[in-house]
Amino acid sequence: MNPFTYARAGDTAEALRLGAAGQAKYLGGGTNLVDLMRETIEQPDALIDVTALSSTIEEREDGGLLIGGAVRNTAVAEHRAVRTRYPVLARAILAGASPQIRNMATVAGNILQRTRCTYFYDDDGARCNKRTPGQGCDALEGFNRIHAILGASPACIATHPSDMCVALAALDAIVHLRSASGERRLPFIDFHYLPKDHPEIETVLEPGELITAVELPSLPFTVHSTYRKVRDRTSYAFALVSVAAALEMDNGTVKEVRLALGGVAHKPWRALKAEAALKGQPATEAAFRASAEAELSEAKPLRDNGFKIELAKRTITAVLMELSAVKA
Amino acid sequence: MQFLINGKSTEADFDLRTSLLDLLRDHLGLHGSKKGCNQGACGACTVLVDGERILSCLALAVQYQGRSITTIEGLASDHGLHPLQQAFIEHDGFQCGYCTPGQICSAVGMAEEIKRGLPSHVTTDLSAGTIALTHDELRERMSGNLCRCGAYNGIVDAITEVYAEVAE
Repeated sequence: MNPFTYARAGDTAEALRLGAAGQAKYLGGGTNLVDLMRETIEQPDALIDVTALSSTIEEREDGGLLIGGAVRNTAVAEHRAVRTRYPVLARAILAGASPQIRNMATVAGNILQRTRCTYFYDDDGARCNKRTPGQGCDALEGFNRIHAILGASPACIATHPSDMCVALAALDAIVHLRSASGERRLPFIDFHYLPKDHPEIETVLEPGELITAVELPSLPFTVHSTYRKVRDRTSYAFALVSVAAALEMDNGTVKEVRLALGGVAHKPWRALKAEAALKGQPATEAAFRASAEAELSEAKPLRDNGFKIELAKRTITAVLMELSAVKA
Repeated sequence: MQFLINGKSTEADFDLRTSLLDLLRDHLGLHGSKKGCNQGACGACTVLVDGERILSCLALAVQYQGRSITTIEGLASDHGLHPLQQAFIEHDGFQCGYCTPGQICSAVGMAEEIKRGLPSHVTTDLSAGTIALTHDELRERMSGNLCRCGAYNGIVDAITEVYAEVAE
């Protein structure tokens, strides 16, 4: 690990001032960043501890929630309003990492965690465009069972590892950002980039910009939502495929649906094609399967991960069947 | 820098790169917490901070100034071993013992989580106020602590004996 300075920010203004200098990085629970620094994949010269910043979950008058960037993952999953009104978010968080890690990790840190592509981590033995831009990607022709089937590029086939983010993508979340030049808010699904030619640029964040909060708009039907994660072990493993879904039905037809996939792309994958295919359709297994087919129509298998395409279709169908059964 | 470790106010000076685990082991001579993977995969380094279980290998020590840290060395009292330590002995909850301090600290933290009604991945009803520590709940909640000897049956039995009644 390279040497660094450390400062604990007392408020957002102080964090922004400290974060503007040199190669500073904001530090939450450290569960990913410390590991990456140990591997020298991340080499910040200053760490700005932002865990003293906004760590509240505010219930808004319109029924939405404003979740501070420094709220711990456990606290989000434990919150009464999240458990009852946005169960997909509680379930996604509880499906991720381990209890110890969820006690440490923050919401903003979870959003900014980096891929667990083994070639990205192997800085002694593998080429990686994300780690060293322009170097090449050894995963492309390598062991790529865990890699992306949607939105990948010849430069990068890594996946985003978060479960929480898949739920946020499904929930129409808004991310709140602050920098020296002010505040901006944008749809969470526009926060992460697909890899294209520059997989090293993963998000819209400008240097020194800080995630201050995530806003969940009021969507009453998200009380009927859930998260299903398919992985190599039944616990404490990253997703091969995961599905976050919310469903509202009206007389046996799909009135509203939100769908997002994890483990399949460089970013949390909002399944807009499937949603469009489902709206107004009868809530049947055939319609759910057809929507999954539509979403995966442009999926591209690599040498080892072709199974994910069928797995994603079946998981989408199963989750929608589960939600429609609850509603019946 | 100032820490409260196993109830004792402790002063320490160290390189900023030092993890909480290395602070405990290398600077303070508390060798109970173990370094297994040193990358957050095994749980052998689990300690309690203000009663919550965390992984000390991924924690930069500097972030934990002023916090109350409990390690396996701090669980026993003047009256003897912590009930869970005793139960691990009685149920053969270990073979080599390397993961044991992390298992025990983790289970102590887990019991508090159950008490406050924190759901888990296998909890069916997210809105339930109380959660029973069933076999499935216990195994899910302890999945962050690996035991490569495979002493899981004894570990589950020990934790069940001490905590299964916590949630009624």
